[in-house]
Amino acid sequence: MSQKLVVIGAGMASGRMLEELLALDEGAYDITLFGAEPRGNYNRIMLSPVLSGEKTYAEIVTHDADWYAANGVTCRFGEAVVRIDRKTKRVISAGGVTEYDKLVIATGSASFFVPVQGNNLPGVIGFRDLDDVEAMLEAADKPHSRAVIIGGGLLGLEAAAALNEQGMQVTVLHLMGHLMERQLDPAAGQLLQKELESRGIKVICRAHTNAILGHGRVEAVLLEDQSMHPADLVVMAAGIRPETRLGIDAGLHTERGIVVDDQMQTSDPDILALGECVEHDGTVYGLVAPLFDMAKVLARTLINQAAAFKAPEVSTKLKVTGVDLFSVGDFGDEHEEIVFRDPGLGVYKRITLKNDRIVGLVMYGDTSDSTWFFDKLKSAEDISDIRGSLIYGSAAVGADPLEAVAAMPDSTEVCGCNGVCKGTIVAAIGGGATDLAALKTMTKASASCGNCTGLVEQVLASTLGDDFVVPARAGICGCSDLTHEDIRQIIKSQKLKTIPAVMQEAGWKTPCGCHVCRPALNYYMIAEWPLEYADDLQSRLVNERNHANIQKDGTYSVVPRMWGGMTTPSELRAIADAAEKYNVPTIHVTGGQRIDLLGVQRDDLPAMWADLNTAGLVSGHAYSKGLRTVKTCVGSKHCRFGTQDSSGLGIKLEKILWGSWTPHKVKLAVSGCPRNCAEATCKDVGVICVDSGYEVSVAGAAGMEVKQTEALAKVTTEKEVIDLTVAFIQLYRENAAYLDRPYKWVAKVGMEWVRDRVLEDEAERLALCDRFEISQTVYRKDPWVEQAKPEYCLNKWAALADLTLEAAE
Amino acid sequence: MNNWIDIATLDDIPPRGARVVKTRLGCVAIFRTADDKVFALDDACPHKKGPLSEGITHGNAVTCPLHNWVIDLETGMAQGADTGRVKTYEIRIENDRILLDGTRLVDRSLHCADGAA
Repeated sequence: MSQKLVVIGAGMASGRMLEELLALDEGAYDITLFGAEPRGNYNRIMLSPVLSGEKTYAEIVTHDADWYAANGVTCRFGEAVVRIDRKTKRVISAGGVTEYDKLVIATGSASFFVPVQGNNLPGVIGFRDLDDVEAMLEAADKPHSRAVIIGGGLLGLEAAAALNEQGMQVTVLHLMGHLMERQLDPAAGQLLQKELESRGIKVICRAHTNAILGHGRVEAVLLEDQSMHPADLVVMAAGIRPETRLGIDAGLHTERGIVVDDQMQTSDPDILALGECVEHDGTVYGLVAPLFDMAKVLARTLINQAAAFKAPEVSTKLKVTGVDLFSVGDFGDEHEEIVFRDPGLGVYKRITLKNDRIVGLVMYGDTSDSTWFFDKLKSAEDISDIRGSLIYGSAAVGADPLEAVAAMPDSTEVCGCNGVCKGTIVAAIGGGATDLAALKTMTKASASCGNCTGLVEQVLASTLGDDFVVPARAGICGCSDLTHEDIRQIIKSQKLKTIPAVMQEAGWKTPCGCHVCRPALNYYMIAEWPLEYADDLQSRLVNERNHANIQKDGTYSVVPRMWGGMTTPSELRAIADAAEKYNVPTIHVTGGQRIDLLGVQRDDLPAMWADLNTAGLVSGHAYSKGLRTVKTCVGSKHCRFGTQDSSGLGIKLEKILWGSWTPHKVKLAVSGCPRNCAEATCKDVGVICVDSGYEVSVAGAAGMEVKQTEALAKVTTEKEVIDLTVAFIQLYRENAAYLDRPYKWVAKVGMEWVRDRVLEDEAERLALCDRFEISQTVYRKDPWVEQAKPEYCLNKWAALADLTLEAAE
Repeated sequence: MNNWIDIATLDDIPPRGARVVKTRLGCVAIFRTADDKVFALDDACPHKKGPLSEGITHGNAVTCPLHNWVIDLETGMAQGADTGRVKTYEIRIENDRILLDGTRLVDRSLHCADGAA
């Protein structure tokens, strides 16, 4: 039995923690996730770009409802937990009580609302979640509207810049002597203030808020010096307050945040906590990188792996377009410092030194060398040798930026959000990731805030060197640089009839290919030499080798063919009998009008097929890159709108096409009238019956992409429909790259090219049909019959040996 | 001390293919490469326990049929960006017979019992 894990709070920290936990051990816990916001998890640090309009909400979503569902996490979004009962190990929420074995608190933080009169007026908001952003955008929508931001720190300035972008008149009120005083020294703060003022943002430092005024809604902010600042919107950005209420009520040890140890455990060993609501070693964190470190540790603690959280060195970047600012470490007065200032260029750099080592860094206006400096800070490198030119950066000490990147040790962290080191990225590049997108997928580098994108690209450039060119058309796989199209051409022109012959002639780099090229080559052989080539089972992917679809737990699904989606009582009885006899746990009706029997044990497949064969049922090829289904409506036989016998035509098409192998799966549909109940216009080939005949269209899609079919021809007889369909599919079989669906292939060759061969050139059409028929003399048969034969059972399906009965040593 | 168990002849496994040996605690996959080397590994990918015996065998590696992790047959190590290791067993070929080392199977059963939740 899995233990019950309850997680309170669906933010970035808990999202990352669940990701880590599921990757470590998917089945360890039965997980329930409570989130106060009525939506999934998004990248909170990217709210500023959403506010400024540079990104949309959809672009910053990290875990949506589908992600949680796919990973078996029960979501209770929009439902706040009101109490934790530690004695009975239950949490109480609006929806009732939920028991836990382990509880994770990740309630985050709330905006700190300056305690003055009027701070609860409508129009006074924080800047923490999407609701706040929406409220701000609504306010910005009104012409000439005014915003007052209370707080000139990171968050407040990002909000100010974004609202200014949205056309509001913005005033920033800051309590301290200069902006971002926690990260910047006064000089850099001044430069930043000048930059913001040049954009029309009003900045007032040493501003003590006295009251927020308004009748029923905010109207102005009153300062202690009695100055008034009119406002339609007031944004509280004066700091955050950890959400500790649940922890305090439950009697957990709580200071500023809920206190956790290095393993992220609270004072109750069954309750863990992470994120902005916790306090670790006296520190409360509000930046994303340490939260992700906490997530890693907490996930490991949950499965009893040793891990410890260490307070990291945290750097800060301001996400305001056009302002380059980087800050890290300590810049107290007691240290030595080197300062570079060029007000004309708007550049300011300040390095704080202690014992010839960098301990703090502020860069404004030019942050291109920030990583180079940050690295020296983290590694505590002795800089006495290069001190004279240190402030001028990597170039001045003899390093061009690419060389500097090349010289970075593998342990250098490139992506702070996701903790990705240079070595991990270089390894991924070695493993075939040659562009940013592939690197993001493989390593997560630059996949959160995106600030390190440039650096990741530099690592790419320095690692690949001269190879860093965008490949025009990618090779088939790592085994050959030739494209699918090149290879098909070589097979045809040199009459290569075995896979080893192709590899030999085309100069394969590996002895026997890989899981990418072998299935492709096997298909090309089948398509090119149907009578001579023997299908190579060892080059088939599992589903086509076993004639069933493998499922996540290693069981299979079995789908008998139902011609044109029609069936009979006796077929249904045979399916029901088989389902009972082989303990099928799940029966599902597919979108292609078939019955799917899921959860069949591998060992049961041959016997089950034999039973179904006896009842006249054959393989539905629901697993193949081949003809899948012809979906139909009942047409003129029953329907009062039907114009032709659509189900009859569908059955004819399916009986001609079944068993054929194609570059990717092929699905058809025939609708009896333009109401199109069989949804023919998103299929690979779709037929719509009309009073005067049949409209044939091709190259639709309804999967990863959705695309309507393109008209091929309108004809008057079933025979013409069948010929056009067969010719189109054969042209596709002979020319498309493996794993290109027809719509992708047609997009490459052009509909004109297809029409010329299938429709306009009658001789070519007939030749295509002939070649298809030759291939079908071999492949139009039921693979289940063959595979259920005793010799197959002995040589393929049975175990090599059974040691379960041997005495244990 | 090895405990060699005679399980099959070489020709019982197709080249670039695999078949399984059933044991009390799950299957062991026996692979035969294109150049007739034979390897034995747990029939479970370190990622999501996919049956490696159903993968495509290429060179001295197999690609898991579930999510395309590539496992080195000699070491059991996951290749590329993936990390994890599958337990391997010693194999000996004598007169075209495949012999599997049973001592490790016992280790494995102990190991599995320890690891079971």
